[in-house]
Amino acid sequence: MSALLNPSHGFNRRQFLKMVGGGIAVLVVGGPAELFAQDRRRMYPEDLNAYLRIGADGRVTVFSGKIEMGQGVLTSQAQMAAEELGVALESIDMVLGDTDLCPWDMGTFGSLTTRMFGPSLRAAAAEARAVLLNLAAAKLGAPKTALIVENGVVSVQGNPDRKVTYAELAQGKKIARLIDEKAVLRSVAQFKVMGKSPRRLDGREKVTGAAHYAGDVRPQGLLYARVLRPPAHGATLGKVDTAAAERRSGVKVVRLDDLVAVLHADPEAAGAALADVKAEWKTEPLALDPENIFDHLEKAATRAEEKDRRGDVDATRAAASRLFESTYHKGYVAHSPMEPHTAVAEPKDGRVTVWASTQTPFPLRDQIAQALKVDTQKVRVITPYLGGGFGGKSAGRQAIEAARLAVAVGQPVQVAWTRAEEFFYDTFDPAAVVKVASALDANGKIALWDYAVYAAGDRGAALFYDIPNARVRAFGGTSYREEAGPQSGPSLHPFATGPWRAPGARMNVFAVESQIDLMAAAAGVDPLEFRLRNTSDERMRKVLQAAATAFGWPGPKAGPVRGRGIACGIDAGTYVALIAEIAVDAVTGAIKVERVVAAQDMGIIVNPDGARMQMEGCVTMGLGYVLSEEVPFKGGEVLVRGFDVYHLPRFSALPKIETVLVRNDDVAPQGAGEPAIVPLGAAVANALFDATGKRLYRLPLTPERVKAALAS
Amino acid sequence: MKSSIQLRLNGHPTSLDTDDSRKLLWVLRTDLGLTGAKYGCGAGICGACTVLIDGKPVRSCVTPLSAARDREVTTIEGLARDGALHPVQEAFLEHGGFQCGYCTPGMILTAAAFLHENPAPTREAIAARLEHNLCRCGAHTRILDAVETASKTTTAQAKGGKP
Repeated sequence: MSALLNPSHGFNRRQFLKMVGGGIAVLVVGGPAELFAQDRRRMYPEDLNAYLRIGADGRVTVFSGKIEMGQGVLTSQAQMAAEELGVALESIDMVLGDTDLCPWDMGTFGSLTTRMFGPSLRAAAAEARAVLLNLAAAKLGAPKTALIVENGVVSVQGNPDRKVTYAELAQGKKIARLIDEKAVLRSVAQFKVMGKSPRRLDGREKVTGAAHYAGDVRPQGLLYARVLRPPAHGATLGKVDTAAAERRSGVKVVRLDDLVAVLHADPEAAGAALADVKAEWKTEPLALDPENIFDHLEKAATRAEEKDRRGDVDATRAAASRLFESTYHKGYVAHSPMEPHTAVAEPKDGRVTVWASTQTPFPLRDQIAQALKVDTQKVRVITPYLGGGFGGKSAGRQAIEAARLAVAVGQPVQVAWTRAEEFFYDTFDPAAVVKVASALDANGKIALWDYAVYAAGDRGAALFYDIPNARVRAFGGTSYREEAGPQSGPSLHPFATGPWRAPGARMNVFAVESQIDLMAAAAGVDPLEFRLRNTSDERMRKVLQAAATAFGWPGPKAGPVRGRGIACGIDAGTYVALIAEIAVDAVTGAIKVERVVAAQDMGIIVNPDGARMQMEGCVTMGLGYVLSEEVPFKGGEVLVRGFDVYHLPRFSALPKIETVLVRNDDVAPQGAGEPAIVPLGAAVANALFDATGKRLYRLPLTPERVKAALAS
Repeated sequence: MKSSIQLRLNGHPTSLDTDDSRKLLWVLRTDLGLTGAKYGCGAGICGACTVLIDGKPVRSCVTPLSAARDREVTTIEGLARDGALHPVQEAFLEHGGFQCGYCTPGMILTAAAFLHENPAPTREAIAARLEHNLCRCGAHTRILDAVETASKTTTAQAKGGKP
């Protein structure tokens, strides 16, 4: 089997180090120095676990702190290891996100798995291959340079009978090597496994129901917990009466300070008992709502960070004959993974094991240990498959709840949020504001760019247009690192916010590429031509031209309420251009996106079909934040509990999606999970302008807003 | 109230002694250890909990166990027979009609039941039938590709008079 190893076959760290005696292992020592210098955040493994092990049976086990949430890194990481080792993909077993077994990892987010962890994993596999070649040279009595490797068999070039398998070489060996950061990686021309699109290794489990998610882990004696929840964020708990719940048979009530829960062996019985708990809450009335939030953000997010400054912004602004000044808005958006946050905690032999749907198993382990007031060595987090994450499972409140309750009752406990809890405790993509002032020179080139973003951070705001006078400022930090000013009180937002697929970048690129489009229209220049005239960035020019060619830009205009829009951006090291074609219902204001062409340069491509899947996923999921998704709220009260009120994109919204991979083998593999979602807002808004002459400055582009714009 | 309930589960006679007002989803997942059907919304909206009763898709999170009394229940674990995947499962593998996999059992069972009644549907008809199954990863394009491919297999099998 090549998919996730069954956790019950696991072993602890001590056993693991002992196990190194049974084969060849490549251990961690820091990360490649060059990459360390590029990114100073603590992103690389620093502990003593192994990247991979070759067993005496010839099977290769790869250990990675990254997790599989649908993005396909189970398969792509196996491909990278198989490529560098010279083995078949089928001989690889993956262990992901197990804090006892895997190298320390910060978390799976930011499209970092391939571009940041990938080089370490490939170097480890290349090191193992070098060790095996040395052993084979001795065994076969031939110089290393005369050896070839295929599917885990080393043979002498021109003499295929003189051969030895990796399994034979690993037999009885006790070799543990540290990663050699100078290991020579295989080139694109040599690739046998990378650059190909094998069927996903998690496929068979996922189509047969055998794939296990956190809620499918059921240790003996498991109790299902339902937790008492406040009616609004900021509410404080007064009197609690649990007597009626306690009278129900089989119910255990647990109260740990702020955490009140009812537990039962049947999840429905736990839910019924929770309904019997009477609680008084004190709520703080908050005046914030989806309409006044923007003024609040502008006023409250006073701490500014200047991200870019060039030329003379003030003088150019004063001298501009025509200034384009715009303000862009976006509401709060939910992650809504199909699997709500779930965790199962089992206390046993002085340790606690937690199976959690989490994107950050190692930081979560530390948080659980802190909550339990125990050493981190006493906690093990195991990450089964995730039913979607999108950034929302960076927060692991449910796992901490499960661990606290399990320790309190001395028995395994599951905490699986209901859909209502999932909406309530989601770390939303924040509402945000962008204000931009720009100007053109006499030749139709952009002369001025004065840009300020509030509450979204500056991801996606970096300039790739050639603008001599520019300033980019970010106010209030990001969704996940809020830096409010002194007047804002404890928080910018009435509830938690956090990273959401390409955090900040969707808002910034919506604003940037809408603004570029309105200047193109004012200059009377085709939007594609305008972009090409204003950027000398070759990678950007190539993806723009590739998208335009595939689309047939601009093509004949098909009707009065049909339009096409273009937008582009850079995210996670990847360049992407989108062209959207839409039809607008003039009566209802509804936008139907009919066709999207996405062209992407992501450097060397590890798995082309996997990359296309992510691009399609970005476009399809992106239809939600662009057209329909906005969280209604009143103060700290989240006014959505289910999918009846909050509308995810469905099959009827699906456009024809065409993906173009722009080959660029000169650049190391870059991110794939997020870039294509980034320009969709502007592409559709620009298409709306093309169709109707009306421009909307606020996401989502709901039918009501389109209708109002058409009537104005 | 506890009562004795007989049903066929994935081809096997099964008896239970439990409260038949409990939801089928939780009986499957807790009492019977079949965790392929997933909780997604608890309100019958998302379709992650879909199973078949007498070949018809139902939302097991809002369906009482009593509805399965003396009926044939098929879960995702029982769709493949004798180790051979159902054509819809095969096609999902071929096209990569899933990402996180959480909505997949419900998608596959809904599509399999649909193709059983409509062996050669249009792409639009497939999309319309799956409209009320939610997928957050955005695998929709490939799900439609997969069901279209599967419909060709099932049509060929129907013409050949084979199951």
